[in-house]
Amino acid sequence: MFYRENGQFKTSYRADQQIFGITQDRAGVLLLIAFAFLGVPFLADEYMFRAILVPFLILSLAALGVNILVGYCGQISLGSGAFMAVGAYAAFNFFVRVDGMPVVLALLLGGVFSTLVGMFFGIPSLRVKGLYLAVATLAAQFFCDWAFLRIKWFTNDSASGTASVADLQVLGFAITTPLAKYLFCLCFLVAFGFLAKNLVRGAIGREWMAIRDMDVAAAVIGIRPMYAKLSAFAVSSFIVGVAGGLWAFVYLGSWEPAAFSVDRSFQLLFMVILGGMGSVMGSFFGAAFIVVLPIAINQFLPILGHMFGFTVDTAALTHTEFIVFGALIVWFLIVEPHGLARLWSVGKQKMRIWPFPH
Amino acid sequence: MSKTIGDVILNVSNISLAFGGVKALTDISFDVREHEIRAIIGPNGAGKSSMLNCINGVYTPQHGSITFRGQTFDHMDSHDVATMGIARTFQNLALFKGMSVLDNLMSGRNLKIKSNIFLQALRIGPAEREEIMHREAVERIIDFLEIQAYRKTPVGQLPYGLQKRVDLGRALAMEPQVLLLDEPMAGMNVEEKQDMCRFVLDVNDEFGTTVVLIEHDMSVVMDISDRVVVLDYGKKIGDGTPDEVRNNPDVISAYLGTSH
Amino acid sequence: MGFFLETLLGGLMAGMLYSLVALGFVLIYKASGVFNFAQGAMVLFAALAMARFAEWVPLWTGIADNRLVTTSIAFVLAGVVMFVVAWIVERLVLRHLVNQEGTTLLMATLGIAYLLDGVGQTIFGSDIYKIDIGMPKEPIMAFESTFPGGIMINKEDLIAAVIAAGLVILLTLFFQKTSTGRALRAVADDHQAAQSIGIPLDRIWVVVWCVAGVVALVAGMIWGSKLGVQFTLSTVAMRALPVVILGGLTSVPGAILGGLIIGVGEKLSEVFLGPYVGGGIEIWFAYVLALIVLLFRPQGLFGEKIIDRV
Repeated sequence: MFYRENGQFKTSYRADQQIFGITQDRAGVLLLIAFAFLGVPFLADEYMFRAILVPFLILSLAALGVNILVGYCGQISLGSGAFMAVGAYAAFNFFVRVDGMPVVLALLLGGVFSTLVGMFFGIPSLRVKGLYLAVATLAAQFFCDWAFLRIKWFTNDSASGTASVADLQVLGFAITTPLAKYLFCLCFLVAFGFLAKNLVRGAIGREWMAIRDMDVAAAVIGIRPMYAKLSAFAVSSFIVGVAGGLWAFVYLGSWEPAAFSVDRSFQLLFMVILGGMGSVMGSFFGAAFIVVLPIAINQFLPILGHMFGFTVDTAALTHTEFIVFGALIVWFLIVEPHGLARLWSVGKQKMRIWPFPH
Repeated sequence: MSKTIGDVILNVSNISLAFGGVKALTDISFDVREHEIRAIIGPNGAGKSSMLNCINGVYTPQHGSITFRGQTFDHMDSHDVATMGIARTFQNLALFKGMSVLDNLMSGRNLKIKSNIFLQALRIGPAEREEIMHREAVERIIDFLEIQAYRKTPVGQLPYGLQKRVDLGRALAMEPQVLLLDEPMAGMNVEEKQDMCRFVLDVNDEFGTTVVLIEHDMSVVMDISDRVVVLDYGKKIGDGTPDEVRNNPDVISAYLGTSH
Repeated sequence: MGFFLETLLGGLMAGMLYSLVALGFVLIYKASGVFNFAQGAMVLFAALAMARFAEWVPLWTGIADNRLVTTSIAFVLAGVVMFVVAWIVERLVLRHLVNQEGTTLLMATLGIAYLLDGVGQTIFGSDIYKIDIGMPKEPIMAFESTFPGGIMINKEDLIAAVIAAGLVILLTLFFQKTSTGRALRAVADDHQAAQSIGIPLDRIWVVVWCVAGVVALVAGMIWGSKLGVQFTLSTVAMRALPVVILGGLTSVPGAILGGLIIGVGEKLSEVFLGPYVGGGIEIWFAYVLALIVLLFRPQGLFGEKIIDRV
């Protein structure tokens, strides 16, 4: 009853093909974006910005990139951490070695380099799929781990092996307060979200999904698997690379290669699985879930411990995270392989017909 | 309304295909004339689908060549085959299960979409106009196949008969010159078969599309095809008009068995 | 020359250890078509179980001085634990994912890996533990007459290699000669088809995961006595992934050969190439090698070619 699209007739193909065809959807998204830009700054405190919102925004962006590759195009990748690293270190080198380089440009150039590396390590996808491809992407991950650790040039020959940036500025605005960081990342996410949505509902998105669903048939109707797969790697790595740059510059400030380890790759993959493969909204759901979950466990488990009389140390917190993650992944795969996004659309479907049961 | 059957448009010469020790096709040669409906028949395992797969570039034959409109190839590249105007439906469907009917049909238009990735990301100007133009073309096919009600449904949820129609629609979306149909009526009841026959005949009639049709139902084959090729155990055992083939003793013994 | 041979032999031994872990991967894949990302976690779980049981058995039974007995009891207990794990995994996870596509199952095993890590460390603790199975620690000096000073061979590695070889022969015989082995191969091909001809899928899967669990236990025992049992053991097992890829997922001899190649390659490249590029290349050498092989032989060295039928 709340979500009916009755009376919303489309009289042109253009109208039928809009991103948000249903008025409620359009209104909802616009409201959400307005709230994000205008409402949240007044409601959230510094802790929320720093610990929850900024990581959520950046990891959402990264998850979006990974979803394009894994969810839309069906190419398993366990190397997303490495692509984030490439984006971060490339942006870093552009920023510190070129005088007067604007931050945004450095981040985008970082994305470009990540695209090149991503396409290179995507070449095996033309020959192998599934697990074998996962192993090939792990090669990318471990190689980059080693390269950024051992090759001094990448960190501007710093003695400690860490890279750091400070005093970021965009058009005269300093990006130093948590609020400024939040708005900066939000701009990136909204822009990239819009572009990604256009891509996945257009011709290239259909090519990706065709390759995912049945690549032999896709070839027969004239889709070139090479172009589709490499373009998926390219677009995905670009987005992930920019996210990596944001993670390093805005969230961490100073970082080591360990920030982009294989654990990060797994984390992004989990976000995509839990949130919903092949869904832009799903990437955001998954990122939110995985950012909030450890914090929830941190708060909740000690309370449980007090109630039942066991002490909870940091090791136990980590172990509980592992258990909860593992259990959730398995549960979702059995019960709802399409993740939170499917649960969301099922919910909307129920809202359509409420108060009727079906 | 009589139609004119043109010259030879597709020529298959001495194709042999083997998988390890299994000989799928042995020295197959036949031709296909423009605007005709050519049926390929034969018992299961005769190599009919493998033959189509060779034409589409899914399999590469060990010997032989394929000539299309005067150009000869000893192996076909799937993309080039599609560009040349040869489209295909599949015995086991091979639809893109994760996409809606509309998206499946639109994927058939991919070869004709020219705008690059950057324009598509912004979805303005040429990219938007192209999407609309191809949407109109696909809608004509949707009207033709009478599947308007299922446009936005994910194909995995459709009944088998409708999925077969979507498979046909996806091939038609390519605006092909030659249409290879692999058992398009398998698993259908009488009414569905009549519908499908009507579609095939309409396509051949209105658009002049040459049709190569693998089919088991003899009445369909005898009714709508102009010429027939018969395969058995990977070898050609008959080639001619439906009447000629029906009276061919080799064909009769392959299908019905000989009495001793 | 002596040094080269020493490095080579050391690599072969290390490779055997990789093969042990890879065997578990191949087993489960060969028998159910599932790639078990949790194999590393299983190695850790099994090793943890055995290490703690070896500590606890003397306390429970009072046998304090006969280490062979207590260790054997601990081994058996750990084996039982792995059987329980196999049963639970089949019951709670695999049964519900029959005939799902490979990617889904792969990710499910990823979830299982995390679960095993968390649960294992919660039950058995997360310190570093020792497994002492009486493996001799002193190296042998062999071939002293041919090379000055002789070549150092690690007795521990030698025994591990022998055990691994024995396991391989057993398993190959099992798959080729027994009816259960045949049933396992049928299941690997097509779950539903195997089910429809009456193969009891659930029991088969428990058997397979159990066997893989015991293989993991043996691997964990040997690795654990070498390195100590701690969390990083499961990441060490991740190094066995390229071995499986190199050898081909469906080949037991491939796992062995792949392990040897990777072991030797890692050692040789670290010693002879490493100094030129800054060292530490063993973290990616195996993976890049596997990647290069994949480009030329997508099914690995001994795997079966997959033909896509449309």
